[in-house]
Amino acid sequence: MDTVLARAGVWLAAILIAIVASAMAIDQPFAIQMIIVALAAFAGLCVTLSRTDYDAVARGILRAPADPGQYDDDPIRWGMIATVFWGMAGFLAGLYIALELAFPVLNFSEYVNFGRLRPLHTSAVIFAFGGNALIATSFYVVQRTCRARLAFPGLARFVFWGYQLFIVLAASGYLLGITQGKEYAEPEWYTDWWLTIVWLSYAAVFVGTIVRRTEPHIYVANWFYLGFILTVAMLHVVNNLDVPVSFVGSRSFPLFGGVQGALVQWWYGHNAVGFFLTAGFLAMMYYFVPKQAERPIYSYRLSIIHFWALIFLYIWAGPHHLHYTALPDWAQTLGMVFSLMLWMPSWGGMINGLMTLNGAWDKVRTDPIIRMMVMALAFYGMATFEGPMMSIKSVNSLSHYTDWTIGHVHSGALGWNGMITFAAIYYLVPRLWQRERLYSLRWVNWHFWLATVGIVFYASSMWVAGITQGLMWREYGADGYLVNTFAETVAAVHPMFVLRAVGGLLYLTGGAIMAANVWLTIVGRLRDEVPMHQAAYDPEKDRPLTGGLARQLPARVTEQPGAEPAPQPILPAPELEPAE
Amino acid sequence: MTAAPSKLLENHKKIERNVSLLALFAFVTVAIGGIIEVAPLFWIDNTIEKVKGMRPYTPLEQAGRDIYVREGCYLCHSQMIRPFRDEVERYGHYSLAAESMYDHPFQWGSKRTGPDLARVGGRYSDEWHVQHLTDPRSVVPESVMPTYAFLSKRELSAGDVAAELTALRRVGVPYSKEDIVRAEEDLRAQADPDAKAGDLLKRYPKAQVRDFDGDPSRLTEMDALVAYLQVLGTMVDVNGAAAQEELAREKGR
Repeated sequence: MDTVLARAGVWLAAILIAIVASAMAIDQPFAIQMIIVALAAFAGLCVTLSRTDYDAVARGILRAPADPGQYDDDPIRWGMIATVFWGMAGFLAGLYIALELAFPVLNFSEYVNFGRLRPLHTSAVIFAFGGNALIATSFYVVQRTCRARLAFPGLARFVFWGYQLFIVLAASGYLLGITQGKEYAEPEWYTDWWLTIVWLSYAAVFVGTIVRRTEPHIYVANWFYLGFILTVAMLHVVNNLDVPVSFVGSRSFPLFGGVQGALVQWWYGHNAVGFFLTAGFLAMMYYFVPKQAERPIYSYRLSIIHFWALIFLYIWAGPHHLHYTALPDWAQTLGMVFSLMLWMPSWGGMINGLMTLNGAWDKVRTDPIIRMMVMALAFYGMATFEGPMMSIKSVNSLSHYTDWTIGHVHSGALGWNGMITFAAIYYLVPRLWQRERLYSLRWVNWHFWLATVGIVFYASSMWVAGITQGLMWREYGADGYLVNTFAETVAAVHPMFVLRAVGGLLYLTGGAIMAANVWLTIVGRLRDEVPMHQAAYDPEKDRPLTGGLARQLPARVTEQPGAEPAPQPILPAPELEPAE
Repeated sequence: MTAAPSKLLENHKKIERNVSLLALFAFVTVAIGGIIEVAPLFWIDNTIEKVKGMRPYTPLEQAGRDIYVREGCYLCHSQMIRPFRDEVERYGHYSLAAESMYDHPFQWGSKRTGPDLARVGGRYSDEWHVQHLTDPRSVVPESVMPTYAFLSKRELSAGDVAAELTALRRVGVPYSKEDIVRAEEDLRAQADPDAKAGDLLKRYPKAQVRDFDGDPSRLTEMDALVAYLQVLGTMVDVNGAAAQEELAREKGR
């Protein structure tokens, strides 16, 4: 009872602090954000108090299952639901801003203007969809590969809910105009501090679980998760060193400005790609691809080289976002050279994933989840080839500032991150809810094709748009003057912007099918459908030919008009139709 | 296989069995690149040197910059002209490192859905900017820019201007004590041609003092944003001797 009182006291204090901060706020958006914090703390208080009833639901929210013979999977189940939910929110926001660029009339209010919704879209898909997928799968994988339950179950639950609060604060902040003005690092100082606390707790749970392992070796997926967690902590803290204007206001100024600010930001920004969207998702690949294919990972040595080379090289690549800017030339060149070298470990990882299917390639035809994994790895390979190519300074002089970059990140994000996450969700959901199988594998197939065609529309329209922009901006006429005004280049890419939105719609539709499939699986329904793969079997045909039937066969063949008389079969072919 | 790689594999097994070693090695590995690339920028000359004409933003310009950041303008407009013939002819002299030295955060951007704004100051009239922000397609029919009509309707509430300048001073922008004490006064004086500007122009050389949004009776967010747009790229005389001397030292662009 004492602990309940103490916990309720902590929640109450949090509510009070948030309300006081809200009342003292020097700007209205900060006041609104603090009310959100107070509401979250109130929800926590309610759960804590209801726990005194020893209600099973509340127990799940605060503590690990009582049976030590089971893995602690509650936060993972919530994580799956959160991943699907935020994914849909992020895809929808993406479709809307794509339509805004094609039809600017959709910017009808300051709260839905492109400039405020775009960070909402990027944060929703990277940090909310991707982040929840990473946290949930890492908790799943680390328990299974260490054969140990999560260390600090209460802290693991705090990580999940704390991370959701971070997402809600960040997203609502963007709509209210709260931003630091740095891409992919838009949340303001107090949201950043909150994320730091959540992230360090995440690291503690993850490392704590590894320490408790009963397997002597740490599996390769956990190296990647560990590298991702540590590096993201470093990047987040350094890039968000700020001086708040007031401790009861939303505004702050970054410590680094100008050229230093630019390099710190892109050191952060590129490695948000390198570690959040690559290392973390490679960890998913290293666990789920072998599991689904039922084959061991292709090469242990390659995975060692892959890991160390990838984490060492990635961190250098940031300056390729700043080619030909006021950043010193040597830094740009270092960024370019390391980006080119990065191609090798990236493809090493792709090969390690794809070759795991050696001996199981038929599953690409028969198992739509494997097909998604293979497509994810294929897009990973394409994006990690395109990236180094675009980091070459002469290519970059054309591609930079254009939609080619947008196309590139989406072939990575939709193709690699999206597909591997969908595959992991489809793998996990039936297992986490103890269902026989997914509601429908055929819907997975639909999802696969809608997503793939959507990406093709997206990437190809953005290639065309980007190269059009790049070439039109630099086009000179015979008279020695620039040919195009900027406005003409905007008009020229309008059809491409429409096609991009079509691609986004297809991808979103695939996502909606997934959401329905996951939901119906969770509630325990099974779709009555023809299985995706099953060698044809008809018991009617599975019997020897007897009597009149055997004698009729040659006669039927010769009866065909114009046909050469067939040679007599030595044995009757089993597939032949019996005579009517 | 030769002995050397298998020895390496044996050693790697030690790392695989010890999470502290694994974490330590991984952290050192990822820290190296950042340290080598980022740290020198804080002491090498051409990234920390001041160029004649650079000054901190006036309180009104800074308030406009806050609106620029708030509305996410950087997501479609860059502020970094690259040293290519077409860019220089389209947007003006390529950007110098020193020109963004007081920008916290930097707003170089990464995408040009709209044109570069690094030297947009003085290129269009205030009236054009107000009209364009209110209804972009009334002046540029092909534009896909959102409308910002609400800026003219809203009084500028810059919060505690002195506290904002103090915070900027803490991150290294050289505002003087007087700048901070008189911040609120400066903010209003710059947008009001009838007010006594005092020594605003002495402390902020070349600051443009006038009503920006066409309505002298009110100080709106539009005033602040247009004041910011009109100062972009105008502080340094890029063709002057001082700037050219600086450029001569910037190699490789």
